[in-house]
Amino acid sequence: MEEHDIICTGCPKGCRVTVTVEKDEITDIKGFECPTGKEYAINEYKNPTRILPTTVRVKEGEFPLVPVKTAKPIPKSLLLEAMKVIAEKEVIAPIKIGDTVIENILDTSVNIVATRNIEKK
Amino acid sequence: MKNYKIIVIGAGPAGLAAALQASKDGIDDILVLERDKYMGGILPQCIHNGFGLEYFDQELTGPEYADKFIKDIDKNNIKVLTETMVLNINQDKIITALNKSNGVLKMKANTIILAMGCRERTRENIQIPGDRPAGILSAGTAQRYTNIEGFIPGKEVIILGSGDIGLIMARRMKLEGANVKAVLEIMPFSSGLVRNKVQCLDDFDIPLKLKHTITRIEGKKRLKRVEISKVDKDFNLVEGTQKWIDCDTLLLSVGLIPENELSKAMNLKLHPVTGGVYVNENRETELKGVYACGNVLHVHDLVDWVSEEAEIAGRSAAEYLNGNQEKRNQPIKITPEKNVTYTVPQKIEYKFKDKKFIKIFLRVEKPMENVKIVFSHNEKSILSYDKKIVMPGEMVTVNLPAALIKNDMEEIKLSIVEKVGEKNGRT
Ligand SMILES: Cc1cc2nc3c(=O)[nH]c(=O)nc-3n(C[C@H](O)[C@H](O)[C@H](O)COP(=O)(O)OP(=O)(O)OC[C@H]3O[C@@H](n4cnc5c(N)ncnc54)[C@H](O)[C@@H]3O)c2cc1C
Ligand code: SF4
Repeated sequence: MEEHDIICTGCPKGCRVTVTVEKDEITDIKGFECPTGKEYAINEYKNPTRILPTTVRVKEGEFPLVPVKTAKPIPKSLLLEAMKVIAEKEVIAPIKIGDTVIENILDTSVNIVATRNIEKK
Repeated sequence: MKNYKIIVIGAGPAGLAAALQASKDGIDDILVLERDKYMGGILPQCIHNGFGLEYFDQELTGPEYADKFIKDIDKNNIKVLTETMVLNINQDKIITALNKSNGVLKMKANTIILAMGCRERTRENIQIPGDRPAGILSAGTAQRYTNIEGFIPGKEVIILGSGDIGLIMARRMKLEGANVKAVLEIMPFSSGLVRNKVQCLDDFDIPLKLKHTITRIEGKKRLKRVEISKVDKDFNLVEGTQKWIDCDTLLLSVGLIPENELSKAMNLKLHPVTGGVYVNENRETELKGVYACGNVLHVHDLVDWVSEEAEIAGRSAAEYLNGNQEKRNQPIKITPEKNVTYTVPQKIEYKFKDKKFIKIFLRVEKPMENVKIVFSHNEKSILSYDKKIVMPGEMVTVNLPAALIKNDMEEIKLSIVEKVGEKNGRT
């Protein structure tokens, strides 16, 4: 049996929810003060995901970087690896908000998209 | 001298939303002045998500949030002069600005909307003793370098201050390959959102040291190390807890100060708690026809509230220009009482007309659970709202319905009380 403490981010209370697991099965969830907390803890235990916001280098642009994000949340465990892939990328201005900069990052079927317009210099 | 109906100072979210609202309300002669190269204020450097949940019901990054307003500014043909720094405004609403292509500009406005935002506190403001090497910068400056200008300020990083900007930058530096050794917080709690604490620190095992501060800085040219110490509940150093940590970069995230030099030039008085000017419910300052909104008025944690407040200012400026306002016989003061550190607005000055309620922004003194937010008049409660939890880092907004406001009222007090059963009805 193992216990995982998960802090619910649903509201400023930040309840500490304890998920008890036996042979990969959740057997008990304690510490939440509302249903949001229970659901959150289950997701956080099973498959924690995050949106990854970062930047990509731009050639010939008014600024040297374009901000980007994963269009959907990706598994938390892939964040640092995704950063490595993104660091290799360079795009050429102009870039429009919403443009796909990298397709299907790390086979997650999630795209990296631009979050700002960057004009040509 | 060229005259405009409205001149807005600052093209951050506040200035843009105010200009757009006034334009929607029929004012066609609006000029926005911005010292930076681009519109959007601080938002284009806040590349993380978490914006817009209140205002757009959609989770956006800072640049995306800004873009929604910038697009509309272009569509509505609102004139914006970038790289134009406003140097002075006088009480006759004459504005002096400096611009690369035109040199010194002088212009006059019928109404002015102040939306200059805020700047970060620096090492000088908090006084840490020691050397003055390179490598010490504010978290916001580091954010601009990393996210817009394209260079990373350092590799071995300590962050002082656990507000949202400090937390966001901890993750950002980590993602860019820096070793973020610790985030220090002098208070016994982080003032940042729980979500940011989890997703920016816990996700990357970055330690948060509560009740800790920096007591010394060492380094000849470049920062070499800092001494950290524990503090007790009165913020005195606990002897024997000092420890040196090697680092080449120290980011300071120790609070924001509204940027009110121009307000002072107009002789507007500043509020001791907010650091902004005094305003009525229209966000009108003590000078008729001059409005203030956004972080220059009081520091907001969510840009969503900034947009909403700016719309009030923009709408009021339009009403003023259209001669569509009527003063009450006497203003009603709004006074913060128990556990409330400030309110915006500080008074109600106009008749309501078709307004159904007034939105009051306030901040609390300390974290509290299961509370009532109580409006009272002559020591009697006239309205209260229940709230599960309040935190100093999170602005609270409450509506004061027009129907509750009587002509003979002079003062309404706001306080926060813990709910002890239900018998305790008095404030
Ligand atoms: C570093 C940082 C991180 C933040 N992160 C978040 C977040 O994660 N989520 C969230 O919801 N909110 C966040 N905020 C808060 C939010 O961004 C602000 O509340 C919002 O940007 C304030 O809008 P504003 O228009 O009042 O000020 P600003 O955005 O600061 O805009 C003010 C503008 O006025 C211009 N200006 C100032 N003085 C002059 C002058 N004399 N002449 C001409 N122009 C002038 C400035 O250049 C600037 O463009 C953050 C704030 C900061 C500082
Ligand atoms: S469990 Fe409910 S009350 Fe507790 S933090 Fe999550 S949302 Fe808030």
